[in-house]
Amino acid sequence: MSPKIRTVVRKEFREYRRNRFIVFTMAAMPVVVLLILVGETFALPDRIPLAALRRPVGEALLFLQLIPVMLPTTIAAYAVIGEREQGTLETVLTTPVTDRELLAGKAIAAILPAVGISWLLFAVYVGLAQLFAPAVVVAQIWTPNQAVAMALLTPALAAFAILVGILISLRSTDFRVAQQLAVLASLPVIGLVALVTFRVVHPSAVLYAAAAGVVGLMAAACWHLASALFSRERLLTRFGG
Amino acid sequence: MLGTKTRTATRPAIRADGLSKRFADRAAFEGLTFEVAAGEVFGLLGPNGAGKTTTVRVLSTLLPPTSGTAEVAGLPLGAASASEIRRRISVMPETPGLYLRLTVRDNLEFFAGLYGLSSPEAHSRIVQALALVGLTDRADDPAGSLSKGLRQRTALARALLPDPAVMFLDEPTTGLDPVAAVEVREIIGGLRDRGATVFLTTHRLDEAERLCDRVAIVNTRLVSVGRPDELRRRLFRPALELRLGRPLPDPATLFGAIRGVDGWTNGRGSGAYVLDVTDPEGAAPEVAKTVVGVGASIIRLAEIVRSLEDVYLELVEDER
Repeated sequence: MSPKIRTVVRKEFREYRRNRFIVFTMAAMPVVVLLILVGETFALPDRIPLAALRRPVGEALLFLQLIPVMLPTTIAAYAVIGEREQGTLETVLTTPVTDRELLAGKAIAAILPAVGISWLLFAVYVGLAQLFAPAVVVAQIWTPNQAVAMALLTPALAAFAILVGILISLRSTDFRVAQQLAVLASLPVIGLVALVTFRVVHPSAVLYAAAAGVVGLMAAACWHLASALFSRERLLTRFGG
Repeated sequence: MLGTKTRTATRPAIRADGLSKRFADRAAFEGLTFEVAAGEVFGLLGPNGAGKTTTVRVLSTLLPPTSGTAEVAGLPLGAASASEIRRRISVMPETPGLYLRLTVRDNLEFFAGLYGLSSPEAHSRIVQALALVGLTDRADDPAGSLSKGLRQRTALARALLPDPAVMFLDEPTTGLDPVAAVEVREIIGGLRDRGATVFLTTHRLDEAERLCDRVAIVNTRLVSVGRPDELRRRLFRPALELRLGRPLPDPATLFGAIRGVDGWTNGRGSGAYVLDVTDPEGAAPEVAKTVVGVGASIIRLAEIVRSLEDVYLELVEDER
């Protein structure tokens, strides 16, 4: 990572720490999701048939994949438009930082907490499940397939959601609109994930890896589009490409 | 040492040649041609909407020019050299552009990082810059807790960090109370004394007069450029203001007879006259001797010193 990207990441982390709204949403959403997961799956009877497990476990696994998509939308939508709203964008753009370095720093600073919190949440959920959930539920959650999903699909989903958010942030004039659009733009991907978590499409490590690859490619396309659409003129005035 | 430069007769720090910028069918500015020497404090004066901020944005590579060429800090203005130009300059936009939740030091560390300064170098420059703007004891305060004037001083400290070849200061005292404005002006004056090259936009004429070696007056087009005293000379003939206790019965005959007086007009008020002269110092004793000789009592006899404001109003009014 280039020193300038590191500088942007460090500054973003400092801003998160000092912004109660961001700290609160980053902490509150995983806690709420964990409570839902526990409520949905831990009270299930020991001898529940596999077919009856499909909905609660499907929901639980979907929620786990929702975290990396939903958690960073605020941060991603705020990435560029937030700088403009607080009057710092012009100052940053007058420095030698390149468009790509700035975008990369913003994206990495959003991806790292999103993925880290998702993995932490999964680890806590699995740990609690081992202790308190029926064995049949643990067997559905703690599987090699799910491990592959968390290892590959979670970062890919986070990257995609964040880059979509940044892309929208580059072209929006209002932060709230950018945030709404970023959430909406991620929904189709979540729908595809739901097909797997609800076993409409049978999950496998290969499927998860392939899905991660496809989402990763979509994220890469968003990255290139964001880099191409980054217009200093348009960001500072309403003109330009 | 930050902001300390040796004045040498080298290539200009900024050179603009027919520089224009249009937004759709509206010209922000057109055909700007001027040079700023290294170590010079150059002021860009103009009314609101004259294109001052856009000129700074174009010269600092934020916006591409529509036509014309320019050289900034020894590099031609263009996409290929934009990043290198930005490494050699610093810009203080009209708003301080600080992260209000971060401390003053955090803000400066961030920008030092963007300029690619190593950690020890950044630390030493931050210490120097804070000392220069008198904010050492506020380094660990959140920028949001600072007054407008202190935020502006923080922004100046940030602009000093890269030890730039050219500093662009866009309306640095706009919105500040008189005390804060004086403080910021003193810091800029200090930079001038250290030989820094400063490109300053302002519509505060007293500020430009006090700080700038040369000024350019713009109103989307370049109206005039030169030293303030040069512009005064170019626009206004030397003149004496004469105020007498009583109006003269026949001023035309009297003033027509005085050597060195080329013409006259009535001044403001009874017994007041404005005398056009070529050499104020030579003409004043002759005027005094003559009017006293006809029994008039002199209340005031002085050279009329035109302010930059007079120059500005004259030029901008002509443009309208």
